[in-house]
Amino acid sequence: MRFLLLVVALALATPALADSPQPPSHWANRQLPDPRQEARARGLMEELRCLVCQGQSIADSDADLAGDMRALVRERIAAGDDPRAIRAWLVERYGDWVSFTPPVEPLTWPLWAAPILLLGVGAWIVRARLKR
Amino acid sequence: MTHWRFLPLIVLLAFVAAVTWRLSHPPDTAIRSKMTGKSVPAFVLPAALPTKPGLASTDLAAGEPHLVNIFASWCVPCIAEAPLLVAMRDDGVIIDGIAIRDRPVDIAAFLERHGDPFARLGADRDSRVQMAFGASGVPESFVVDGRGVIRFHHYGPILPGDVPAIRHALKEAR
Repeated sequence: MRFLLLVVALALATPALADSPQPPSHWANRQLPDPRQEARARGLMEELRCLVCQGQSIADSDADLAGDMRALVRERIAAGDDPRAIRAWLVERYGDWVSFTPPVEPLTWPLWAAPILLLGVGAWIVRARLKR
Repeated sequence: MTHWRFLPLIVLLAFVAAVTWRLSHPPDTAIRSKMTGKSVPAFVLPAALPTKPGLASTDLAAGEPHLVNIFASWCVPCIAEAPLLVAMRDDGVIIDGIAIRDRPVDIAAFLERHGDPFARLGADRDSRVQMAFGASGVPESFVVDGRGVIRFHHYGPILPGDVPAIRHALKEAR
């Protein structure tokens, strides 16, 4: 019975999550009148992860919650909030995962070092080839 | 240097092993709220139905532990957990609801059909309080102790096997 419930719940969860009949929030799909504020909001929205689709940014996602997150970002930017404060507010609730820009800390050093290391390996291979 | 020619094969095998492992052990996509252990964010929600009071953060710091259930009438997994919530309410658990992006007429029809476990019911029309709790979908549930501190977060519908953990968290929150 539990298994059956789980299967039913899982089968129906994804469409149901994005299925509110209510219209999107006012600022979900509307640009701020001030282009500088809109640019700042846009920059932040592209770096925040949609909690429903998980692979998309909230700027790209059509999920209801992504729309509500865009509305939150635009309203707080229009109220004069710093994008960093809005990001911090969300990270406090969902963890670093919600931001597409990982923080620089011991756990993420390999992530930041990987491009430099790979470039080094590439340079070494190229040098070995050219020598031959 | 002849053994170097096996390197591409080793890389391929490592790649196949990594893919096989991730396909057989997919990563956990549940989003755990980081609000567990912190005070309920300050909020005031209007009543979702004319027959019940709305919900404010101060209602959750009135001495008794509460179960806060974030749900919606348009949410199908919410139907699965509804009878379990009613059973917990019958056992004396105080359950408050937060209805996400919903209309009174739809909420009333949902509660009429699937049971109404809620003491208070707030309407969160733009998901703002849902985000403040660190919840990312419906349904999700939070155990809040008598001082308004979030003690436990349950992601997704409450299934029969989840009830003991929630009851334990409610007992601990006393």
